Amino acid sequence: MDLTYSPEEEDFRRCLRAWLRRTLPKLPPKPPPSDWPARRAYDCAWQRALYDAGYAGLHWPVDAGGQGATPTQHLIFLEETELAGAPYVGANFVGLLHAGPTIATEGTAGQRARWLPPILRGEEVWCQGFSEPEAGSDLASLRTRAVRDGDAYVVTGSKIWTSHAQVADWCELLVRTDPAAPRHRGLSWLALPMDAPGVTVRPLRTLAGSTEFAEVFLDDVRIPLAHRIGAENDGWRVTMVTLSFERGTAFAGEVVACCRTLARLAAVAKENGRWEDTALRRRLGRLNADFTALWRLVQANVSEAESSLRTGGDGVPGLGGSVFKLHYSQARQELYDTAADILGPHCLDADHEWTAERLSSLSYTIAAGTSQIQRNIIAERILGLPKGR
Amino acid sequence: MDLRPDDDQRALKAGMRELLQARFPRERLREAADADRPGPAFDRALWRALGEAGLFSLRLPEKDGGAGLGLPEAVLVFEEAGRALLPGPLVATHLAAGHVPGAAEGAAVVTAVDRPGMVEHLDASDAVLLLNHPSVHVLSTAGGTGREKLPGRPVRSVDPTTPLYDVRQLPPAVTDHAMQVAAPGADRLRREAALLTAAQQLGSASRTLEMAVDHARTRIQFGRPIGTFQAVQHLCAQMLVRAEIARSSVHAASLTMTACDISAAKLLADDAAVRNARDCLQLHGGLGFSWDMDVHLHLKRSWLRLEQWQGAYEAEEVLAAALSNGPTEGVPDHRFREMDWTFNGVE
Repeated sequence: MDLTYSPEEEDFRRCLRAWLRRTLPKLPPKPPPSDWPARRAYDCAWQRALYDAGYAGLHWPVDAGGQGATPTQHLIFLEETELAGAPYVGANFVGLLHAGPTIATEGTAGQRARWLPPILRGEEVWCQGFSEPEAGSDLASLRTRAVRDGDAYVVTGSKIWTSHAQVADWCELLVRTDPAAPRHRGLSWLALPMDAPGVTVRPLRTLAGSTEFAEVFLDDVRIPLAHRIGAENDGWRVTMVTLSFERGTAFAGEVVACCRTLARLAAVAKENGRWEDTALRRRLGRLNADFTALWRLVQANVSEAESSLRTGGDGVPGLGGSVFKLHYSQARQELYDTAADILGPHCLDADHEWTAERLSSLSYTIAAGTSQIQRNIIAERILGLPKGR
Repeated sequence: MDLRPDDDQRALKAGMRELLQARFPRERLREAADADRPGPAFDRALWRALGEAGLFSLRLPEKDGGAGLGLPEAVLVFEEAGRALLPGPLVATHLAAGHVPGAAEGAAVVTAVDRPGMVEHLDASDAVLLLNHPSVHVLSTAGGTGREKLPGRPVRSVDPTTPLYDVRQLPPAVTDHAMQVAAPGADRLRREAALLTAAQQLGSASRTLEMAVDHARTRIQFGRPIGTFQAVQHLCAQMLVRAEIARSSVHAASLTMTACDISAAKLLADDAAVRNARDCLQLHGGLGFSWDMDVHLHLKRSWLRLEQWQGAYEAEEVLAAALSNGPTEGVPDHRFREMDWTFNGVE
């Protein structure tokens, strides 16, 4: 057990800090939250800056155009960029964390050359077409059909909860290519150009009032066979490899941000007198324990990923991600519920930063596998309980 | 950075588990738990065996007969003690090693007290560590019983394997019997005590999770193992989350020893032990409510450990105070400076 960083890692941290100090003051002001084209431009400019400085695709393998950084270096990157108040990955989330890694692992040389560099340079934005109105937690039941017609698939169906669809160039699309096969074995992974004829994007409003979500309708959309990543009907496995890029660092930056928010909560409570309430103070103390522990859990998961890589494994940090996500999503909601308690009636002002965060925190126990699904995963895959129904 | 125990540390932990399986098997736990009141005599042979195995001298330098190991190693072996529900003033005797003659070898039984309240194994103890002053004092019980030297009323302990004494008044800093010892300050020892107590809670929480999962796999109701029901699965999953959150917290605290990490570790490990024991009990149904099962022994011991060396109220106050402790930089490593360690809240 050791929490010290190596001299190389400390050096990496120092260089990154120096670069952030030079670079961040030169960034343009953040665009308004609802101006999606402006947000895309802002996020892509940040990605370009990272690319020029040699930080793009930090955790991607070198042969995919990445930096081949260790999980620990990636953790340092997430920690330092958050501490410095750098922009988030934003619109490039799917490209950098889902679609890109999938293409890097499963794509042909030509496919990698076509799609990876524009992601790393912040030139092309991706969105994710996995969930469907009738296929949420039960993703493998998805119905969007792809039928071969010459050198293309003709795709019909609809996708939902597709973030950034309005501004995306590409969509990582999971479709059914063999309706007769068992559920998981009839799926394929396609790269869909969002400007293809037959693609209709209808924005959806979230309960927070924001419009990053969309429904995507596909009517006889032709997608070249060459846009399929991996073998036909092997799309489920292809999709799952994306997870191997996570390496325990998911939400690491957000934990840092939550720690800072918590300190600000305490400061506001002291100002407005709520601090005198023992129950409230204890609640803040417990949140401090939770986020301290979550940071330690990130470090534990990264340790595991790093050791797996060192010993020739795939760098997947076991199933610690499910444990982390369950606790983090709940702690984040509790954080902003506590913020509301401190704000009192001012929590009813929807423009207050913490009220907006309180609303958006509600998605955390749902997105990327609901808490119930995470508990199923833990029960069956970690604890080895018999499969339930 | 690598928060996982290394090979040597894992071997040490496995060795402790083997030792306890040999020297303190379940039958011994049950004998102690099932004995008629006022409870079994203190098992000094076991204590010596633990001493010989190095449980108490683990952190002493090799020149002083110890193993020269650190708190991360101590945490791992105390996890095993918690898992096996090993009775006795383990933490106090471990802390007394090198300061109280015989403690390192397990020849002496040492209990500890940091404030008025419940003192464990007082009558069986040869010495009492007094941690209620900035410097550490040792009260020898030579020439009498612990209770004669430190007046305490025996109570019917909720934990059948841990005799408790209600001590209302602690000696002043200087008495005829208490000797100041050249130990690190009481503050440091209280932190170590909280950490090692948290480690035992973690061991217990992991054990009750195993018991729950074993039962869920094998208990048949409605024609199938109850572990196939989601209600049961999710209960078990939540137990694992608690144990793993506590584990990374306790292990990190053993490396940093900051007030904040220690309080987080104690709070979360207490939570994991108490709530996992409760869920384990619930999952066993009527069996869980019966004396013959071990679940209640874990629950009762976890209640006891919860009260020792920083309860939830104090830990939460320490953690709250840390939030407003100077400028904040974000993550725990940067943010939490050392702060005064107080067991009386922060008011």
